[in-house]
Amino acid sequence: MSNSESDLARRAARLYYDDNKTQDEIGEILDITRWKVGRLLSLARESGIVSISISETATPSERATTGIIPTPRSVANGVTDAASLRGFLTNLPSVDAIGLEARAATLATRSIKNESKRAALDTIIRLVDLTTLEGADTPGKVKSLVAKALVPDASDPTTPRVAAVCVYPDMVEHAVRALGTSIGDGETGISVASVATAFPSGRSSIDIKLADTRFAVDQGATEIDMVIDRGAFLSGDLETVFNQIVLVREACNRADGSHAHLKVILETGELRTYDNIKRASWLAILAGADFIKTSTGKVQPAATLPTTVLMLEVVRDWFHLTGERIGVKPAGGIRQSKDAIRYLVAVAEVAGEEWLTPHLFRFGASSLLNDVLLQRQKMTTGRYSGPDYVTVD
Amino acid sequence: MSRLPVAKTYKLFIGGAFPRSESGRVYDVTSPSGEFIANASKASRKDARDAVVAARAAVAKWSSATAYNRGQVMYRIAEMLEGRSAQFVDEIQKSTGASAKDATTEVNAAIDLLVWYAGWTDKYAQVVGGANPVAGPFFNLSVPEPSGVAFVIAPQGNATLIGLVAAIAPALVTGNTVVALSDESSPCAAMSFAEVIATSDVPGGVVNILTGSPAEIAPWMASHQDVNTVDLGGADAELALACERDAAETLKRVIRPGQFSSTTGSVDRIGAFVETKTVWHTKSLA
Repeated sequence: MSNSESDLARRAARLYYDDNKTQDEIGEILDITRWKVGRLLSLARESGIVSISISETATPSERATTGIIPTPRSVANGVTDAASLRGFLTNLPSVDAIGLEARAATLATRSIKNESKRAALDTIIRLVDLTTLEGADTPGKVKSLVAKALVPDASDPTTPRVAAVCVYPDMVEHAVRALGTSIGDGETGISVASVATAFPSGRSSIDIKLADTRFAVDQGATEIDMVIDRGAFLSGDLETVFNQIVLVREACNRADGSHAHLKVILETGELRTYDNIKRASWLAILAGADFIKTSTGKVQPAATLPTTVLMLEVVRDWFHLTGERIGVKPAGGIRQSKDAIRYLVAVAEVAGEEWLTPHLFRFGASSLLNDVLLQRQKMTTGRYSGPDYVTVD
Repeated sequence: MSRLPVAKTYKLFIGGAFPRSESGRVYDVTSPSGEFIANASKASRKDARDAVVAARAAVAKWSSATAYNRGQVMYRIAEMLEGRSAQFVDEIQKSTGASAKDATTEVNAAIDLLVWYAGWTDKYAQVVGGANPVAGPFFNLSVPEPSGVAFVIAPQGNATLIGLVAAIAPALVTGNTVVALSDESSPCAAMSFAEVIATSDVPGGVVNILTGSPAEIAPWMASHQDVNTVDLGGADAELALACERDAAETLKRVIRPGQFSSTTGSVDRIGAFVETKTVWHTKSLA
């Protein structure tokens, strides 16, 4: 096929498929016979100028709007359609807000003795998702973040490593490259978590959210932090929220059958009530979340102790119901070791100490790590330390 | 019907607020003859640590304020003190047993000292800084810069107000922030001075005042890695030696007991809280 012929075939194909012209009309426009047009069009298909594919399954946007997409977890709990999902969530006992806040306040007063404090500080470091989610992030900043994740305190080699670094999708490749062989699942090495699905607002089409997720997974992210559609949740469109989580969970699948762990961000600060937070937690778990996460860190209030206690109660109840453990990640606003220790107490008391592993509990934080390091240095040297002795983030 | 007097409980002054001690401790303040005057908060090392955090956070704003502005703010402290001098005279009399005349003299001297130091804010750099002669086509300029956070111990047992002012003011001149520990036995005037500072446009955290035991607090401050200068003027010889040893670990500036007068001002004392920065700059690109 000559160049001029393929050009002609391309023009004919445009007119035929894009502009919906008939073969007769195309013949007139290009000043050739109708039969020649027919030959050019078949040539265009054979040579690959035109490719036609017919989808066997419904597109994501179709699937997201027709009922709910059942998951093994939802089916096992009798949630198979929109009505049963609504029924399941509205039948959950409502939250005693005063009781919840009083419980959280009681847990926060627990006194931690010095020996336990040392262990608590190390545990906090092991559970941190060291995060940078700024518009001004650069490959260089991600590289230094990874360096800090690997060696949080250069003056003390006994300092444990953090669980993960958490970045935007386009920074995943830089994080993966900087980690090299130190990449792992949070326990065996440092995990790379990426936010996705039009973080932090989640205001985009489902196709873009899925593309965002797949991009991050392809780049090597081992964990995906997605945001739910809060607008849909608050306006009662639970199916959309549910289906989007199911589809994003599918998008986390890798070719080898494994999948990137999915953390579902509820953005509790926008859900307004404890009842909503409880329902959103259950919904996220039914839809396939590996972790439920409080906040993006971009909305105030971010993580609070009562909210986290509530979510811990949900994962505890889920464990009693199914024997399966779901993770919890408070994120945003936890800046001091003292606060983080209160969260550890809440985890141990509400869900159980088994939850104090990187697989089941994380802190989403950036400045928390420095404060923990200062406290650690104080315990080691017996002197108060200062911000000059940790890195500037 | 007779009125029940409202006795004042003296608290701490940290980051522009007046919290009680984190430890919940208080101690009795008594007159020289043993009469109860008031309760004062007994600061713990954690209060001191919190004060350092507040002071550190305040360094950027205070040190980058213009020297002229710092002078105005310090003059404002003097103005506010003048307006409340009767209260200070009364507190000094009660807690030290001084005569009204001596107490008035002390308060007036404290006010004058603040005005004197306020005047130095925009002059100090001219006196100790300068353009250095160098053999090349460069400007070579030395300028004094604040060293950062200062911990000062006010004189113990005498000069309760003026000693505190004489310790805090020279640090403020060049833009340092201060954590001050007052006279332990007569802290009332010091905490009332904190109220004066709180109403004088001094940004929160620039001056923090604690009441309590120097022997308990000072070692933690001397070893604190985020404190840049320690003024041990109010420490006894043994404590001062231990603190100086701790301070050496982090190369702090140290003022020894007796190095400066606790009642008069000194330009050298301003110099105890500065580092000299020297910069080279080309005279011309041509």
